[in-house]
Amino acid sequence: MLDVTGLNAGYGETQVLYGLSVSAKPGRVLAILGRNGAGKSTTLKTIMGLLPAQAGEIRFDGKAISGAKPYDIARAGIAYVPETRDIFPSLTVRENLELAARRFPCADGGWTMERVLDLFPRLGERMENGGMELSGGEQQMLAIARALLMNPRLLILDEPTEGLAPIIVKLIHDKLQELRNDGLPMIIVEQNFGFATSLADDVVIVSKGQIVWTGSAAEIRADEDAQHRWLGV
Amino acid sequence: MTHDLGFWTLQTLNALQLSMLLFLLSIGLTVIFGLMHFVNLAHGALYALGAYFAATIASTAGFWVALLVAPLGVAVVGMALYGGLISRMRKSGPMAQVLVTFGLIFVLLDLSRIFWGDLALAINTPAALSGRVDIMGTGYPAYRLFIIALGVAIFAALALILSRTQIGAMIRAGVDNDAMAACMGINVERLFFIVFCVGCALAGLAGAVAAPLLSVTPGMGLEILIPTLIVIVIGGLGSLKGAIAGSLIYGFVQTFGAVLLPGVASILIYALLAAVLLLKPVGLFPAKG
Ligand SMILES: Nc1ncnc2c1ncn2[C@@H]1O[C@H](COP(=O)(O)OP(=O)(O)O)[C@@H](O)[C@H]1O
Ligand SMILES: [Mg+2]
Repeated sequence: MLDVTGLNAGYGETQVLYGLSVSAKPGRVLAILGRNGAGKSTTLKTIMGLLPAQAGEIRFDGKAISGAKPYDIARAGIAYVPETRDIFPSLTVRENLELAARRFPCADGGWTMERVLDLFPRLGERMENGGMELSGGEQQMLAIARALLMNPRLLILDEPTEGLAPIIVKLIHDKLQELRNDGLPMIIVEQNFGFATSLADDVVIVSKGQIVWTGSAAEIRADEDAQHRWLGV
Repeated sequence: MTHDLGFWTLQTLNALQLSMLLFLLSIGLTVIFGLMHFVNLAHGALYALGAYFAATIASTAGFWVALLVAPLGVAVVGMALYGGLISRMRKSGPMAQVLVTFGLIFVLLDLSRIFWGDLALAINTPAALSGRVDIMGTGYPAYRLFIIALGVAIFAALALILSRTQIGAMIRAGVDNDAMAACMGINVERLFFIVFCVGCALAGLAGAVAAPLLSVTPGMGLEILIPTLIVIVIGGLGSLKGAIAGSLIYGFVQTFGAVLLPGVASILIYALLAAVLLLKPVGLFPAKG
């Protein structure tokens, strides 16, 4: 459903991605693994239109989206949970959620305010709190809830477990597992190998801006050589 | 004289009136900066344009029509500036923006010279507001009270819009993090455009209400620019609270400085600015904490 081919991208003069190609398939979860600085976040930012693609192509459901603005990409149905979560500090939890809910009214069976608060009851207790009064775990829940309220066709998460306590990691894992069982396609960038491979169907490994390994979650779990070589696990 | 209640009342009202005028100017500039990271030095020139529009319209259609139409006229000029210049310069960095909008001041200044000449224009206060109102034994010009009331009303309206409405939440989100706002499907470019036009209209409104108090001259835009910049630097960029706080501080320091410490009045506000920059370089109430 998302096809990236031969992508070159980076920051100004600094090129980070060198002909990176990767595909996310409908109804499946793709994990993008790789060491720090490999170019995972850069890939996601380029998909979202936050960075320009210098070469290559990005297609979403067959339609070219390289060169499109983040606004158009969000409208096309891709929701993004960035590494830094990017909760709006001047907005309350409720306002953060409403911002998405008002803009993407859901079709039948879509995500509503009640449904995301069912998924993350903790947020329901913090509705009038400012975005920055939340703990790291609550911020991550809010970032995911906000993304779901966009009723996306593809959910992209950049290191959702980074800096979170094990109990919260477990909670996020279970919630994402629910989403996966509902058939929501996802791309998850992760450092936490166990977390990623337990959620993912497909796995790719990025190194120095290129895909160096492609396979299934079971295959990467079995391939200790690749783990050692590319991930330092 | 400083023991006289009338003196304090009068000066307080003068200070408030100056503050409200500065508020109308600085709110647009500061929110445009906060949201778009765009330094529009020509904001003061738009204020002058508002005064000229008001003077011209008032001479045929009367003050009240002028007060309504002049800000709209300035907003239209703002739209043209946005489409022709500013949207192209969004990514070109502060130095280029400062230079271009600084140049724009002189373009607009010369254009107003060509259209309206070098002589100062005058505009009468509307009949309904030409009298004085008795406040605690002091007769105070009704028109100046009107400016204070207008400033307070605009402040209240903006505060309500920013804190209670969806577009207000979108603006706050955009000031916080425009990239993430765009990733959530907010048309940030359109939001910029709307905010820019409203900011221009408010600058035009400030010019229109100031016109009966001052003589309308081509240089009035340049004169108001420095005070406006001081207001937003003291108040902190991007926030309504900063704009109102900065305006009040400027208005009171300037007004009371001039009557109580005439010797140092002219440097007082700069000393305050320096102190703020040293102690709290981001200003008192910046939008980004
Ligand atoms: N804003 C930036 N400006 C310049 N270089 C950057 C920026 N962000 C990341 N980089 C560089 O790009 C490379 C890839 O970074 P990134 O995609 O964030 O890696 P990761 O795989 O850990 O997510 C790194 O070498 C990093 O230093
Ligand atoms: Mg990263």
